[in-house]
Amino acid sequence: MTKSELIKNISAQYPQLSVRDIEMATRHMLDYLSDALAEGERIEIRGFGSFSMHVRPAKQGRNPKTGESVMVPEKRVPHFKPGKELREQVDYPENTSGKA
Amino acid sequence: MAVTKAEIVDMLFETMGLNKREAKGVVEAMFDHIRENLAQGEEVKLSGFGNFTLRDKNPRPGRNPKTGVEITITARRVVTFHPSQKLKAYVNGSEPDNG
Repeated sequence: MTKSELIKNISAQYPQLSVRDIEMATRHMLDYLSDALAEGERIEIRGFGSFSMHVRPAKQGRNPKTGESVMVPEKRVPHFKPGKELREQVDYPENTSGKA
Repeated sequence: MAVTKAEIVDMLFETMGLNKREAKGVVEAMFDHIRENLAQGEEVKLSGFGNFTLRDKNPRPGRNPKTGVEITITARRVVTFHPSQKLKAYVNGSEPDNG
């Protein structure tokens, strides 16, 4: 599923809202999540999962071409941890039988 | 304090004027559709944000860290999230663009 398919699916569920509104709402939601992460905030969606920031510290690296030693700056990487419900729903049924 | 569905609902109410019930419905619909697609084995690609992909993991030996007892970790399917180039650049301080 792509973003445009997601918008179509939400629209089908909310015919009282225009497709344009759903499109804008989806864009606002994804931008809001990106902003929260950029500000270093955690995002927790019950049943779905949580997003947090992992920080890779600055390290001494090397230019593979010249062999020259360079400082690689600290890097921030968004990380997603699926929630219990999502984890059980995507897993093979035999792993979750009686639990999901 | 973490961002939860309640904050996303408030944001939609404030920026778009959706009423709280509609906003809550749209927020829940988004996460539910993503979850359902993944549950059906379909990957979800949200351009500019990131991709949720599925990985099939083979069984591997493991150990109960408390008791030290060896067990086999069963084969399983897991979700991984790959942030887009745009999101990775954005959280590292570059200006957002419309790409």
